[in-house]
Amino acid sequence: MTVAGTFAFVVWVARSLWRIAPTSGPWHIALTTVAICSVLAALTLFIPLGNALRIRTKISRAQAAGDITGVRKYASRFRTAAWLAVVSSFATICITLFVLFLMANNHAVQQTFFNPAMIGRSWLNVTKAFGENVMIALLSEIIVLVLGLLLALVRLAPGKVGRPISLVATAYIDIFRAVPAIIVIYLVGFGLPLAHIPLLSALGPMEFAILALSLTYSAYVAEVYRAGIQSVHYSQVAAARSLGFSHLATMRYVVVPQAVRRVIPPLLNDFIGLQKDTALVMVIGTVDAFNQAKIYASNYFNLSSVTVVAILFIIVTIPQTRFVDHLIDRDQRKLRGGS
Amino acid sequence: MAFLTLDSVVKSYGERTVLRGIDLNVERHQVVCLIGGSGSGKSTLLRCINALEDINEGEIRLDGDIISGEGINVDLLRRNIGIVFQSFNLFPHMSVLKNVTLAPIKIHGIDAATAHERGMELLRRIGLGDKANAYPDQLSGGQQQRVAIVRAMAMDPKVLLLDEITSALDPVLVGEVLDIVRELANDGLTMLLATHEMSFAHEVADTICFLHEGVILEQGPPSQVLDAPQEAHTRAFLSRVGRLRQ
Repeated sequence: MTVAGTFAFVVWVARSLWRIAPTSGPWHIALTTVAICSVLAALTLFIPLGNALRIRTKISRAQAAGDITGVRKYASRFRTAAWLAVVSSFATICITLFVLFLMANNHAVQQTFFNPAMIGRSWLNVTKAFGENVMIALLSEIIVLVLGLLLALVRLAPGKVGRPISLVATAYIDIFRAVPAIIVIYLVGFGLPLAHIPLLSALGPMEFAILALSLTYSAYVAEVYRAGIQSVHYSQVAAARSLGFSHLATMRYVVVPQAVRRVIPPLLNDFIGLQKDTALVMVIGTVDAFNQAKIYASNYFNLSSVTVVAILFIIVTIPQTRFVDHLIDRDQRKLRGGS
Repeated sequence: MAFLTLDSVVKSYGERTVLRGIDLNVERHQVVCLIGGSGSGKSTLLRCINALEDINEGEIRLDGDIISGEGINVDLLRRNIGIVFQSFNLFPHMSVLKNVTLAPIKIHGIDAATAHERGMELLRRIGLGDKANAYPDQLSGGQQQRVAIVRAMAMDPKVLLLDEITSALDPVLVGEVLDIVRELANDGLTMLLATHEMSFAHEVADTICFLHEGVILEQGPPSQVLDAPQEAHTRAFLSRVGRLRQ
């Protein structure tokens, strides 16, 4: 029933697409293609449905033969097939709703966000400006990796002597995790030039952006490192100390290498956050991808250039996730794999 | 004076006193076994000697030098006293050989080539030469524990502490680990071991100490403590572990 309902819905959407499509031109072809594709996609829903029905006949056959394990087996397969049909229907509905949204109001949504002409006009300059975002992100990430680890180690400084400096690190982390990144960027970008501090005030907006993001994200990353360091079992520390390693040597050779392996996924999470926050630097006037796109957006009264920025962020983020997954896999195979 | 001496050592965690005045003398080349129920203070005692725990009262001396109390250089002390743990605690991110050579290279400053040669020699001696490049998680428990012993021995300690090193192993693997301890004892290494392996203790120990509620209740040669215990608590413990018929 779900399948039939979904199919009817998709056909209705396809028909309305057909109706709004102009009689000629590229839009006619595009909308017709979308309509045909949705109907075809909906048709594939009948494959799992057919499977389910076929299995049901097998159940009754097994029942007639008195084959209890057979009934159980086919009943289980039937449930899987039936659920597959239902769940695929919902997935199709979601996608169709999105298509419907794009085409709503005589495909005004599509025109506003995905205007091919606007995308064509802006993508080159926006992509060039995106280089600025990549640059800011890469340099900040290098600083954050080092500064974050340093902060975490200082925060975990042991004993009475470590206490004062550990408090300073804690205060830093608390403060910079609390202040929104955009505020830090604003204060650094506009405040430092005003304050006339030798050296610092002479930097350009890009350097201010790197500085601000490094300040904020090293606080986050310090906490990630700290969690990793504390997750290494104390017995590892005891083993290293018992061999005569000092606290720092134990951290360096035994604890930190294990901690870093464990925190790579959350670390990547924070780095993706950092990369996305490079779009915030437009508040201090850096010509990054977002600022460039906004120039197009306000000139042409169309947001498709900003969509280009969104797509660029998606393009750089997804491969990183896969790459890190691959690294972790390889490391696990090395440490755990058969000898 | 004995090689390693403990003089009225007291250790407490807050309200709970774990060691209530331990006196113990270990001569050079001697093997001393600590036996006793769980919670009797065996592990704590070993950890105190290695300064993994501070002691509250008393004094520990190694070769005449005081090695307990404020201001001692624990890193220096631990180079002379090795310890092997119940849970092996090998470094999982390093190969077996690296586990063994890390401390000699970084602490003793031995050059890498010499340390590797020495490490390989030690690994071959325990029959794990072919596992040098494997990682700890790829080894069996018994193999890991043998590597842990070698890791401690690579530092040439004057005393080796073994903290229930076979308790986490299944009975088949216990033998291969004890063979190594036996060999070390025959080589004349001074050892202090907490163990539940009574027949092994009988065979390898020069002195057996029975710990009960933080004191050494009875000590003497194995034939005395294990076969003809004087104290009621010792007798009760030994019959519980099936060593003594009442």
